[in-house]
Amino acid sequence: MLSYILRRILQSVIVLLVVGLVAFSMFRFVGDPIEQLLGQERTQADVDRLREALGLNEPFVVQYLGFLGRAIQGDFGISYRQARPVAEILLERAPATLELALVSGIIAVVLGIALGVFTAIRREGFAANAIMTVSLIGVSLPTFLIGVLLIWFFGIGIEIPVPWGDGTISTKLFPTFGRGEVVDLGWWTTGLLTESGRASLVLPAITLGLYQMTLIMRLVRSEMLEVLRQDYIRFARARGLKARVVNFRHALKNTLVPVITIIGLQLGAIIAFAIITETVFQWPGVGLLFINAVQFVDIPVMAAYLMLVSVMFVVINLIVDLLYVTVDPRLRIDGGTA
Amino acid sequence: MTDPTHIPADPHEETPLAPSAHRPSRWRAVWDGDLAWSFRRSPVALVAALVVLVMVLGAALAPLIAPYTPFDPASLNLFNGITPPFTANEFTGDYFLFGTDDQGRDVLSTILYGLRISLFVGVMAVLFAMLLGITLGLLAGYAGGWTDTVIMRVADVQLTFPSILVALLIFGVARGIVPIEHRADMAIWVLILAIGLSDWVQFARVVRGATLVQKDREYVQAARLIGRSNGAIMFRHILPNVLSPVLVIATISLALAIIAEATLSFLGVGAPPTQPSLGTLIRIGQDFLFSGEWWILFFPAMTLLALALSVNLLGDWLRDALNPRLR
Amino acid sequence: MTDPVLKITGLTVEIPTRRGVVRPVRDVSWDIRPGEIVGVVGESGAGKSMTGNAVIGLLDRPAHISAGEIDLDGRRIDDLPEREKARIRGRRIAMIFQDPLTSLNPLFTVGQQLVETIRAHLDVSAGEARERAVALLDRVGIPDPGTRVDQYPHQFSGGMRQRVVIALALCAEPEVVVADEPTTALDVSIQAQILDLIRELARERGMGVMLVTHDMGVIAETTDRVNVMYDGEIVESGPTARVLGAPEHPYTQSLVAAVPRPDRKLRRFPQVSYGGRETAFRIEDLARDWPARPAGDGPFLEARGLTKRFLEKGSLIPSRRRWFTAVDDASFAIRPGEVFGLVGESGSGKSTIARMIAGLYPLDEGEVRFEGEVVAGAGATEAARDAYRSQVQMIFQDPFSSLNPRHRVDRIVAEPALHLGVIPKANVTARVGELLDRVGLGAEAGLKYPHEFSGGQRQRISIARALATQPRFLICDEPTSALDVSIQAQILNILKDLQEHLGLTMLFISHDLPVVRQMCDRVGVLKDGRLVEVAETARLFEAPEHPYTRELISLMPKTDLLSNAGLAAE
Repeated sequence: MLSYILRRILQSVIVLLVVGLVAFSMFRFVGDPIEQLLGQERTQADVDRLREALGLNEPFVVQYLGFLGRAIQGDFGISYRQARPVAEILLERAPATLELALVSGIIAVVLGIALGVFTAIRREGFAANAIMTVSLIGVSLPTFLIGVLLIWFFGIGIEIPVPWGDGTISTKLFPTFGRGEVVDLGWWTTGLLTESGRASLVLPAITLGLYQMTLIMRLVRSEMLEVLRQDYIRFARARGLKARVVNFRHALKNTLVPVITIIGLQLGAIIAFAIITETVFQWPGVGLLFINAVQFVDIPVMAAYLMLVSVMFVVINLIVDLLYVTVDPRLRIDGGTA
Repeated sequence: MTDPTHIPADPHEETPLAPSAHRPSRWRAVWDGDLAWSFRRSPVALVAALVVLVMVLGAALAPLIAPYTPFDPASLNLFNGITPPFTANEFTGDYFLFGTDDQGRDVLSTILYGLRISLFVGVMAVLFAMLLGITLGLLAGYAGGWTDTVIMRVADVQLTFPSILVALLIFGVARGIVPIEHRADMAIWVLILAIGLSDWVQFARVVRGATLVQKDREYVQAARLIGRSNGAIMFRHILPNVLSPVLVIATISLALAIIAEATLSFLGVGAPPTQPSLGTLIRIGQDFLFSGEWWILFFPAMTLLALALSVNLLGDWLRDALNPRLR
Repeated sequence: MTDPVLKITGLTVEIPTRRGVVRPVRDVSWDIRPGEIVGVVGESGAGKSMTGNAVIGLLDRPAHISAGEIDLDGRRIDDLPEREKARIRGRRIAMIFQDPLTSLNPLFTVGQQLVETIRAHLDVSAGEARERAVALLDRVGIPDPGTRVDQYPHQFSGGMRQRVVIALALCAEPEVVVADEPTTALDVSIQAQILDLIRELARERGMGVMLVTHDMGVIAETTDRVNVMYDGEIVESGPTARVLGAPEHPYTQSLVAAVPRPDRKLRRFPQVSYGGRETAFRIEDLARDWPARPAGDGPFLEARGLTKRFLEKGSLIPSRRRWFTAVDDASFAIRPGEVFGLVGESGSGKSTIARMIAGLYPLDEGEVRFEGEVVAGAGATEAARDAYRSQVQMIFQDPFSSLNPRHRVDRIVAEPALHLGVIPKANVTARVGELLDRVGLGAEAGLKYPHEFSGGQRQRISIARALATQPRFLICDEPTSALDVSIQAQILNILKDLQEHLGLTMLFISHDLPVVRQMCDRVGVLKDGRLVEVAETARLFEAPEHPYTRELISLMPKTDLLSNAGLAAE
């Protein structure tokens, strides 16, 4: 078991080194950093000085190690576009993205699993079939379109005629732009403590969570149906165990083994899909930063974002592996023969 | 050792063949097959197939059937700008079914041309991903050992990174490499490459899994017994047997690729405004939402939704039909 | 005489399908008295498992009971609402499944599953339930039950898991147990122990047992009364000794006759001639075109010191890798024209040897010589291998996996002959048609796909494929273990014909001793990868030398009860 975890950690380190290499190669070979940093008006002396200062004359491996060393210390260079240290920009923006991802992640996982289990157990029922049909629309709606439609409906608002009051009510309920008022805690900025901050979070969180939720739900359902067909489930029913015990104790626990992996991947996806949601809602997080960097070929920001995101993914995957070990005894205990 | 008590479902299974069994034509056999039967019985699949067919025809024949040529500046009339749908323009009297945008372009025509781009990018990206994924998956599953470890590790790492992120990165890098003056021309191909490269893992994993199962089947042993080459065994014997899950994945991937293309274009890193796809049209339409010109966004958005939904419905039906146990 | 505990009257099960309503069980009636073991025997598709599932109320939709009734202790149970059926399941009627590897939930300890089942039925505390669980494990013969109760299923072997499954079925002291092929997935030695246990428990606790099986030997050894099912109906029933000893119905008669006997060798198997199942095999036509190729002197095929190791646990560090020796220094020689048998339990390495000799697995040590030439192992030349390939063919175990499902039958049959170039391309179509006709399928079978054929027909296709290259050496790897006994008789007769009329030399792999007795001239016995004894067949069965051989032979199902009508001795 220990060797299993050690092997996983080793693999994670290798993944990070490879991602680092990709990031560094982008940094080094895509476009000319000199050209990016110095404008049209430059002298050869300026170019040489900068090459020397950036260490571009060193051998590749030395440059790579230098890049890694600086990255570990949080130094990702200077943004071509904003001319500020990348790390500083990222740190400033990370809380916005993490808050958004956390809220939508919880929505997606909790509702996704619950609905998935429900539709698997009641797979012939009307409600389950209705949910499945709607969920297909869910996976066919691109995230950005969900966002745009939500903005249209709840941000711009639609006047619905009613026979009381002013004669109409508006569906304009939530802000659609930015984070609202935030509270600065020094090392963290949060929108969760203010009314406008929370209101601003509603639409982006739904946008980001909805697609992932439908995916998780459909995956949980199909895994659970697979488990429900197994012999040990039939045997559990043949022993006269109650349907509740069979479904929620035997089937659910076995469903969770593959589902944990899926959820790990989906949490990663949430961080990536935050790029889209942040663009739609002009949410000032790292995703919006990244998309601007892609548009303007701001390589240091792209490289740093890549490194940051991969560290998050690797951590999520390690947690998934540990959960795996706790759920599945076959990984903990060697099979004996007797 | 396999289960020695395989129990076939048909109790009359050992009856000898009818001596004069007339062989129906291949087409007839497909039509009578379980797949076609289940297709004919599924109204959802029929409607979805119809929607996809209409859209593919509309896209393919766009230059012939589009009422206007939206990207020919000579044919545009600024007086036609911002015409609401289902009404004639108040100045020129021209009629536009889905209205026009601020430049006077017919929304219906832009949708037909946009569909062309969306479908082309989606189909090409899936074909590219299929080719790559099937080859690598077969190789990993059949060769095993180090080949397998390397291919599947790469796949695992890439799977950790959501495809939209991979596509964005590839797109970003490609932009850095391609000189500015060629970026617009290259955009479509860069899109195909980015989406295709970000999507091969699904195919590789499914094909590898199926290959591992098939590899142990005795018909493969029978082929090895007579000394058939590994290439012949992989492509002539195993490949035909791993294709049905690939078909399901390909359909679902097509929906995902169309959505990915639209997403990238919406983010402004996909199809350029001179060659707008559905995503680009939605991006443009979004700006008009706040001023009340909803149709510029609405019709492209619904077209995209209908296309993705129909393809997904077909994929869903196909998976159920090929794997009846799941129903 | 006591009243029956379970009584089935006129039971009919229906499944609506695309091509109309199928009735896999029709008008079935029988009963079980307390302490009695009633067998339900039949071949695949006869509806016996479906009857078992109907009794316990676990028919998979859309199958349902359309007529008849099931009474437990005089009370009708088949029309009860699902909630009450669930109360009867496990508590009054329990079930034992076929495959112990998949019937236990892998994520819970054996104890957790037992305690949960006990507490679902009996009003006891958690501590008492645990004590009961340990006692049950002890009763079904699990050593050190106090420790093993806290282990997970994957820590038990197959036979031990089946004991756990039985313990789970006994949790609430049920009155009736439905055992669906409870020993089919197990080796003979373990099979005998499990059957003993079931018999003991039935007597001791006065339980009625419904034993569903396809195996006549199991029926003969275990049951008090038997019902023979054919195509959804019961064709004969009565006390086991009477039904097997003096069968009345023609189907039962032919079924009993087709069971391979361990005690004497017959020239041919009597074929099941009920329901139009016989299909011709035209050995005379085949023999007419077969080239005469007299074998040289000396051994035909020689295996020397065959050794094969598989990686059991991989590691980057070579010294930490664990290897499993599947075949350990096996040497034997096969004489021209004989059938040489290899027999052993699962995991004994018999299939591995077959594959090493066929050239499918590389050898770790040792060599294979074919007529003196090294064809596998260190000294083998490519030329010798190629020459060998056109002389050897193989019949595989599983007719559902040995034919490529996506290839048409004519392509399947033609492939070896075409690839090895033994038939000119122009003659292929004619030759394939001829072969298919001679194995009894008709030339037009070539236009179909494998899934359109039954197991026995597919095995005939395999034989046609093997014969297309006109080989001299045939490796048969459990060629009939996936087939019903009536089909087995047909296929084994075909193989006998091939040896007799075409002079083929055969390596015959099987786990089934009676089949080996009927088929082989000499036999090698394998245990854990080692060849423990090689002897002439008659001597091996009558005077086994090695203790393991003696044990295997003593465990063979007894067929003394079976009628000998229709058997022609050699």
